[in-house]
Amino acid sequence: MTARIGVVTFPGSLDDRDTQRAIRLAGAEPVALWHKDKNLHQVDAVVLPGGFSYGDYLRAGAISRFSPVMETVIEQAKAGLPVLGICNGFQILTEAHLLPGGMLGNDHLHFICRDQKLRVENADTAWTADYTAGQEIHIPLKNMDGRYVADAYTLDQLEAEGRVVFRYVDFNPNGSLRDIAGITNEAGNVVGLMPHPEHAVEPLIGSGRTDGLPFFTSILKKLVNA
Amino acid sequence: MSRTPLDTVEHAAETPDVELPWAELGLKKDEYERVVEILGRRPTGAELAMYSVMWSEHCSYKSSKVHLRQFGEKAPQSDALLVGIGENAGVVDVGQGYAVTFKVESHNHPSYVEPYQGAATGVGGIVRDIIAMGARPVAVVDPLRFGAADHPDTKRVLPGVVAGIGGYGNCLGLPNIGGEVVFDACYQGNPLVNAGAIGVMRHEDIHLAKASGAGNKVILYGARTGGDGIGGASILASETFDDAKPSKRPAVQVGDPFQEKLLIECTLEAFAEKLVVGIQDLGAAGLSCATSELASNGSGGMRVTLDDVPLRDSTLSPEEILMSESQERMCAVVEPEKVDRFLEICDKWDVIATVIGEVTDGDRLEIFWHGGKIVDVDPRTVAHDGPVYERPYARPDWQDALQADDANKLARPGSGEELKDQVLKLVASPNQASKSWITSQYDHFVQGNTVLAQPEDSGMIRIDEETGLGVAIATDGNGRYAKLDPYAGAQLALAEAYRNVATTGAKPLAVSDCLNFGSPEDPAVMWQFAEAVRGLADACLQLGTPVTGGNVSLYNQTGEAAIHPTPVVAVLGVIDDVARRTPVAFQEEGQLLYLLGDTREEFGGSAWSQVIHDHLGGLPPKVDLERERLLGEILISASRDGMIDSAHDLSDGGLIQAVVESALLGGKGARLVVPDGLDAFTFLFSESAGRAVVAVPRSEEVRFNDMCGARGLPVARIGVVDGTASDSNAVVELQGEFALSLEELREAHEGTIPALLA
Repeated sequence: MTARIGVVTFPGSLDDRDTQRAIRLAGAEPVALWHKDKNLHQVDAVVLPGGFSYGDYLRAGAISRFSPVMETVIEQAKAGLPVLGICNGFQILTEAHLLPGGMLGNDHLHFICRDQKLRVENADTAWTADYTAGQEIHIPLKNMDGRYVADAYTLDQLEAEGRVVFRYVDFNPNGSLRDIAGITNEAGNVVGLMPHPEHAVEPLIGSGRTDGLPFFTSILKKLVNA
Repeated sequence: MSRTPLDTVEHAAETPDVELPWAELGLKKDEYERVVEILGRRPTGAELAMYSVMWSEHCSYKSSKVHLRQFGEKAPQSDALLVGIGENAGVVDVGQGYAVTFKVESHNHPSYVEPYQGAATGVGGIVRDIIAMGARPVAVVDPLRFGAADHPDTKRVLPGVVAGIGGYGNCLGLPNIGGEVVFDACYQGNPLVNAGAIGVMRHEDIHLAKASGAGNKVILYGARTGGDGIGGASILASETFDDAKPSKRPAVQVGDPFQEKLLIECTLEAFAEKLVVGIQDLGAAGLSCATSELASNGSGGMRVTLDDVPLRDSTLSPEEILMSESQERMCAVVEPEKVDRFLEICDKWDVIATVIGEVTDGDRLEIFWHGGKIVDVDPRTVAHDGPVYERPYARPDWQDALQADDANKLARPGSGEELKDQVLKLVASPNQASKSWITSQYDHFVQGNTVLAQPEDSGMIRIDEETGLGVAIATDGNGRYAKLDPYAGAQLALAEAYRNVATTGAKPLAVSDCLNFGSPEDPAVMWQFAEAVRGLADACLQLGTPVTGGNVSLYNQTGEAAIHPTPVVAVLGVIDDVARRTPVAFQEEGQLLYLLGDTREEFGGSAWSQVIHDHLGGLPPKVDLERERLLGEILISASRDGMIDSAHDLSDGGLIQAVVESALLGGKGARLVVPDGLDAFTFLFSESAGRAVVAVPRSEEVRFNDMCGARGLPVARIGVVDGTASDSNAVVELQGEFALSLEELREAHEGTIPALLA
């Protein structure tokens, strides 16, 4: 038995097919979900992929957050459905208030694409159990609006509750507060991060590492063992 | 262009004496007279608009056509070519049922006027050409040339161009895998922004731009038509910049990459359901081009109701609608029973789609507005029968003096210390320095198939996950070489791109080119152009790589000063399994470094002569295409048989540039010795063509030497990979002369561009 993991395509999603490939390589079954369709087709988990949904017009993720599919995603995420937001997906999750804080333009004002070093701070979420806390990994990062911000109270709370999942190491590529690259909700089922684990799943391709694969094996094991 | 009364065909026939603004629209007097002769009456305002844009240099190739014919006449026999010159882009068979389409185009003039939008819409245009062939775009490349790196205007143009390419391409989800960035004062005021794209499809999915089948519907879909880019092809791209004239900013289009992304997806979905008979993108000359080309390439005529075109600005005149270059629009020809499904798919993607006309069984292109017929032409006369000029050309009188000013006589470094100093200066010079500040603004991971991206010798994309089949592309050009000898310069551009593809392990298959030159009205420029085309056509024939299409950009000059003649050549290659690709970076300590090919004292046009002496003169390196082919075969065989772990082509900057790049990328040092028969200076800085440096595992040394010996390729062992970056004493050393630490080299090589532009 395997798990069915949905990948939502919004208009302007770019990494939806790549994410489906990563899910397949991890051994799970990818299911394409369409933004206009409220039905999640009985998937066991959902990934909101990277891209420039709605061209990032107005504000990254601000329009997609109101897509029909998001009504169901928000409702089910609150009931425990595992949800991963990558890059634009992370932006959508903050816009949807499933995760706190928000994203501003990179502090250097340029798009940045690089192989980014990260530290896994929390290996207890639904999406990070195959890592170990403190592990350092390299995952490609590429964004224009990746500067994570939140008020000091929220940041302290995230830190105190162990909800910072990833931190940038050696180089903060966008000016994110406290070097935060990814966070989770209180229940640990919703995770968002700016770097792209789906681009680090094959040794020959992209960065040439497979440091991103554990995201997809983590969720698969959790769902299959549940 | 009076709008009252409506300037219909009938009205034009009745009012032969009405003066039309043909000169303002960029037509010459004799060209206008030819239009009158074709029509047998004066054109209507709408007809004049169409002829003026379609007969512009940019769209009609009127100055270049007589020379470009050689690409067809001298085309080598190639089983790989599925679609050749003349379509939106050429198509090449890469095996396993896959076809690849690729093309390079220029967006030079707009990018100087408005760098961000000019460059962005350049990417948009080339990508639509790829979609129009039926292919999914899989990668883009961007060969760029700017004025002096430290000129204040470069700081305006370059960051805008780079942000525009990134802003558009990143938003489309296309990995940017290659290209070049070159600085030279000759491009001040005339930057060259060339954009290339690759697309992949199955053989049976190839689509062509033609309208056939009377009754079939013509559907315009994508963005609404606005007032942007009116006359972009005629008044912007086909004239020299002149300070005295008003700003041409309104002629630059504005891009919406989000709209284009939707256009890609909905077009591919329509292709997949076999709903499309013919298709054309709307680029230069907008609807004028799309309707006349579709109609003239098909079997029938076409009738279009211009009132049905969705507008962004309801006050546009019919002439403006025909000339608008609003971006992100396409035109499809669809059988009547499939129209509903086509419109449904567009609706799914929130793309506006409108039936604006139909294919007729006549042979006229007829366009209606407010009930009146405002265009009635033979579409071939608009699209294909434009003027053809035999422009006078003559070898410029300064050419001999330039070639006599021999770079081999320049003062050379006399000591190890001087060599070391010049190596540092070279790798830190803007042209030789790392461009990662620029390329890190482009997404090269998206789509999850990127095997190699810049600064590798060629970009490489996997196209089949099961078999590992992939394609590689490299773009190269050297305006300095071409200035010294345009015939050889064009051949050297091809040779370098060919070599770059082979260096990564892929087999070169076909060529696209972007020919950037000054004004064709200057006989000296026209001579450079004629020589470059002749050189390229001859070399393509000899290397067996046909030209599949491309683009000519003329009038790259301000006042009397033309740019260096700059033919940019893209070579596409195929690799049966991307797992055997050869990267630039040194992989393992202890591997042996071999120099392949012959090194001669060749410094004309070299990076060394520019950086150390600010000199341009003499002759460019000698061209030996048979040697290039042999070198390519050796590099491909060595990759296939696992005999080399890294390889780097030698070109501008010579051997030391290549070794420093491989060392920095791999985080490994190198110890070099000057091989017999060479002096240290020539060894380090010569730019002799037909060479590469490879790293051979010790276990493969005998086999590798035997192969080269058997095939007659000169090889020389020049050193060893030694020391790692984590070990702080890793160096690039030339025995007995100097040693430079990787840290020192990295600082020099990577610090320059951010310091100038960030």
